[in-house]
Amino acid sequence: MTKADIVQAVYTRLGGFSKKESADLVDLVFETMKETLGRGEKIKISGFGNFVLRDKRQRQGRNPQTGEPIVITERRVLNFKASQLLKQALNDKPGTETPSEKPFADALIPKD
Amino acid sequence: MTKSELIDAIAARGQLTKARAELVVNCVFDAMTEALQRGEGIEIRGFGSFTVRPYKPYDGRNPRTGQPVPVPAKRLPFFKVGKELKELVNASRGRQLIDDDDDDDDDDDPST
Repeated sequence: MTKADIVQAVYTRLGGFSKKESADLVDLVFETMKETLGRGEKIKISGFGNFVLRDKRQRQGRNPQTGEPIVITERRVLNFKASQLLKQALNDKPGTETPSEKPFADALIPKD
Repeated sequence: MTKSELIDAIAARGQLTKARAELVVNCVFDAMTEALQRGEGIEIRGFGSFTVRPYKPYDGRNPRTGQPVPVPAKRLPFFKVGKELKELVNASRGRQLIDDDDDDDDDDDPST
């Protein structure tokens, strides 16, 4: 999936936006997120995940190819922590029920 | 920044109603979640890419009781920061990290 596919989803699912408007809005979403992270602010998208920033101190590393010791300079890095909901979405197999869901599902079926 | 703050920013910058902006933002993350569910990667140039990594089942341990716990095979999302965003984030190193709350772990579950 690329940004073009996301634009297509906005265009076809929402209605009322031209293709150009859909593309501009999707760009705006990612641009806004980039700018936010670029000023050192984390982003929390409930149901999807958190984009968190961490400051790493300088440390000693090694060139994995040559084994040569090198200094890894201090840096700020971005990590993504997937939300529980996203993790669940990737592991729920459609058509199979997890045992813990069953009693609840049964309770929803009228007895008579 | 939270999802609702992102929605506010999109509404203001894109000159949309908040309700419309909310639909756009939800549509973007829904489309991304669906792609990952299909096992499809997502590539957003300048931002980063998401992939789905399969993990084999293994025997874990309940850290409290030491009892072995079987951990089933699972798929987890993985984000790789794009070059442009990586540099942007690192360039913000001089600024203080904006961490306006202390509920970092609200989406966390140590069991997964």
